[in-house]
Amino acid sequence: MNDELTTDPSKPSQRMRAGSLHLTLTPWVVAAFLLIVLPFVFTNNSAITIMNQMWITVIFALAYNMLLGQGGMLSFGHAVYAGVGGFACMHIMNMSDFFASFPLPVLPLFGGLFGMGLAMIVGSFSTRSAGTVFAMISLGVGELIAACSVIIVAFFGGEEGISGDRTYAMPFFGNEFLQPIDVYYLTSFWVLLSAALMYLWSRTPVGRMANAVRDNPERAEFLGYSSRWVRFYSFVASGFFAGVAGGLFGINYEILTEENLNTASSGVILLVTFLGGVGFFFGPIIGAIVFTLLQTVLSLQTELWAFYVGALFLATVMFFPGGLAGVLMMHVPAIKMGKAGGLVVPYIKTLLPALIGILGLSALVEMTFHYRHAATGDNEMTLFWTTFDSHAILPWVIAGVITAVGLGIARVTAPALKEAWSEANSAGGKL
Amino acid sequence: MDLILVNLIDGLVTGLLLFMLSAGLTLIFSMMGVLNFAHASFYMLGAYFAYQISIALGFWMGLLIAPLIVGVIGAGVERYGLRRVHQYGHVPELIFTFGLALLIEEMVQFIWGKNTMPYSVPEVLNFTAFSVGANSIPAYKIFMIFTSVAIFIGLLFVLNKTRVGMIIQAALSYPRTVEALGHNVPLIFMGVFGVGTALAGVAGVIAGPVLSTFPGMAFVLGSIVFVTIVIGGLGSLWGALVASLLIGWITTFAKSYNIQMSDILNGVGIATPENLSDSVLRDLWTVTSPQIADILPYILMVLILIFRPAGLFGKRES
Amino acid sequence: MSTPALELSGLKKSFGKAEIIRGIDLSIGKAERHAIIGPNGAGKSTLFNLITARFPPTSGTVKLHGEDLTGLQPFQINRRGLSRSFQITNIFPAMTVFENVRCALLWAQGYKYSFWNLVSKSRSLTEGADAILEQINLLERRELPAGMLSYAEQRALEIGITIAGGADVIMLDEPTAGMSHSETDYITDLIMKVTAGKTLIMVEHDMGVVFGLADQISVLVYGEIIATGKPADVRADPKVQEAYLGAALEAEH
Repeated sequence: MNDELTTDPSKPSQRMRAGSLHLTLTPWVVAAFLLIVLPFVFTNNSAITIMNQMWITVIFALAYNMLLGQGGMLSFGHAVYAGVGGFACMHIMNMSDFFASFPLPVLPLFGGLFGMGLAMIVGSFSTRSAGTVFAMISLGVGELIAACSVIIVAFFGGEEGISGDRTYAMPFFGNEFLQPIDVYYLTSFWVLLSAALMYLWSRTPVGRMANAVRDNPERAEFLGYSSRWVRFYSFVASGFFAGVAGGLFGINYEILTEENLNTASSGVILLVTFLGGVGFFFGPIIGAIVFTLLQTVLSLQTELWAFYVGALFLATVMFFPGGLAGVLMMHVPAIKMGKAGGLVVPYIKTLLPALIGILGLSALVEMTFHYRHAATGDNEMTLFWTTFDSHAILPWVIAGVITAVGLGIARVTAPALKEAWSEANSAGGKL
Repeated sequence: MDLILVNLIDGLVTGLLLFMLSAGLTLIFSMMGVLNFAHASFYMLGAYFAYQISIALGFWMGLLIAPLIVGVIGAGVERYGLRRVHQYGHVPELIFTFGLALLIEEMVQFIWGKNTMPYSVPEVLNFTAFSVGANSIPAYKIFMIFTSVAIFIGLLFVLNKTRVGMIIQAALSYPRTVEALGHNVPLIFMGVFGVGTALAGVAGVIAGPVLSTFPGMAFVLGSIVFVTIVIGGLGSLWGALVASLLIGWITTFAKSYNIQMSDILNGVGIATPENLSDSVLRDLWTVTSPQIADILPYILMVLILIFRPAGLFGKRES
Repeated sequence: MSTPALELSGLKKSFGKAEIIRGIDLSIGKAERHAIIGPNGAGKSTLFNLITARFPPTSGTVKLHGEDLTGLQPFQINRRGLSRSFQITNIFPAMTVFENVRCALLWAQGYKYSFWNLVSKSRSLTEGADAILEQINLLERRELPAGMLSYAEQRALEIGITIAGGADVIMLDEPTAGMSHSETDYITDLIMKVTAGKTLIMVEHDMGVVFGLADQISVLVYGEIIATGKPADVRADPKVQEAYLGAALEAEH
């Protein structure tokens, strides 16, 4: 997605013309192809539901990163814009005459417009500064609107939320969106369109200045741009795409509740975006996919999934502030120099034992949890396809030994990995 | 008249409790520029630790030991977590403390489960101190007021009369200069963070029995604490005090007087629409003050931010 | 006589009780190269910050091409054709060198807050930015993050950003601070080249640079201008000799 990698500095006027179109278009074509093909690979309905959830999260996370990554604005209340867009779409669904006058795929546009409208109101005072003050305002406004959901029942529907029926829209080439697969293609269309638009946004003057204001608002002011207005435009655009995500949520689930607005949802989108990586455009996409998978897979396996995700998140903030995308992109220099191959064996030697050690550790955590919280007399638990007595000593010893050995080996082999890493990233040697 | 007095006392209790949290948060913020999102989580830890200790050693040992443990954990978080993230800038710091808040909540659920703990007011304080008309004021509330006031006097004394306090006050305004003068600023930071979180721990210990000790208690109070320091003006201790008391009283009064919005609107001369149930604004008309008591702080914050962006006592950003 | 490019009248600034700028009247003609010199703490940087609205003045007015700038914000002043650099390097360190310059061109080329133009599709932006890079000799560094440049290169980039928008009044705050002799010569030549035909106002400590570049010099001492004139006259002025120049020249050698 980087269109400025191959350039010839000696020919300024021709720079980045060569190859740039080809470079930027390829990922989009691949993405479109994958979006079309995936339902043929994962055919059952639950897989399609998960993918829909994933794409909605992708749009929301990309919108969120317009603030956090591109504009340096940390929001603790961004779910509000998605939520309000979604609620607006539900109300439109319930206005039968109006809803029947246009096809369903247009509906997310209204979600976007409502999200944008709210963002314009809030942004008018919240974008005066970035950083801590902005974060606090976003939290306060988020809490305020979330709290309103039980008070302004006419719009938010109180505790039950607002539900509707997507099939009352004007048929779209005869399609009434009865099947999940129909909704899948609608969602896929929007995820591709939104992602492309957000990518293009980052290449426009106001998108470039968003980066400039993030890095150095004062300097940007002395280049003729008002930092506040640059932030405002990013904020409004982000609100629009968040609203689109909210509208798609409404179409998929046909119900919106307070949960779509509250601070927990806002926190999740921050977590998703940061986990994926805020420094690269595709970071939030990875984050959304990985998080949705983690959520669905882990939550089936363990009650403690939120605990693990929280720990993973904290570890990411502390050790890999670039997120998953940052970790991936760290390897680009080594790959370019053709030295990435030297990393494979050290990686296996360190990461495999580390993984086994972490699994052992999680076994200890699960056993502790079972020991403490299971009903009295219920001593049996199943972990990693093995059923055993959580009150006996042997399982504890086994798990403890696996943890110690796994992490121990990883610790011993880590220096070799470090060495291989610096070797792979040094320009010397074979060139 | 009696009701007003009772509300004044209740509001004072809430306000002082808020201040115990916002004071620590303000100290940490003005010193390190870090808004500790997990501050209320330390308050929660205080309550849980105190409960656990009170089972074995009684309430008073809990009050003594729990804040110390919380302070040590806080200092550890600063030393091994925050200091590492500090190099990346303020936004990652804020994200770090946010993640910490999530993790602490999950850990509390992991250890103590999701249910409310039977942490209750100690027997010695479980009596009526005095009565105002028909309303009795429990002794525990008086105890809460005295504890928090005592802690503030102690804090003021340390800040204004001791050498350490002088250094901290200087470091609040001129951290680099203080560092250049040879003081160990990282150590001061760790100390301030520890003391700030310990204060939150104290608040948790004494609030736990009345506000109930459950895994969501951090988030319930946490966002209000942030609102408080935004209203007071980020970094201003006096602002934090005024805003805490203001919020304490506003919410208490709003809860105890059942005022309907239609009364206010009629009062200013707007007539209630004929067929209210069909009106889009029907919810606006039927809203009552107890209903919106909990969101009044947020409304106040938004108003403050629009009309006085630096907060009540905040310095204008230059 | 035509309207001066920049005209200060009765400009004052106090921080608390301390009066840092004590009433400055100064008129700088079009295409003049004006250096402001003075001992440390004389208020030179403060004066710059007052002119560019980084701080509001306590009293007095600043006029750019005859237009009063009172109450305008920095970005509005910049749009009226005044651009400045900073004493402490002030660039966008995470963005590439090329991006730094391109951002500086956006407003001047009329892109404003548009989100319907793609920056990479604009030939005039790309060529304009590359032309600037060529002028400041950073073409070979164009794809590097600006934060990775050497100090002298960052200073050159800062000048490039300052002039890129095509402002006709350029203010440079100690452009050669902290540089070696050869770097200083390089930057001096660069300033000479890129500000040809424009009004230049600079604060500078290096007397070699000042006498090499400026055709007018003002001496600022304790918030007041004690002398203004041609370099030779200022050098000969006994007041200046006494207050500043002697000591500074001694320190030079």
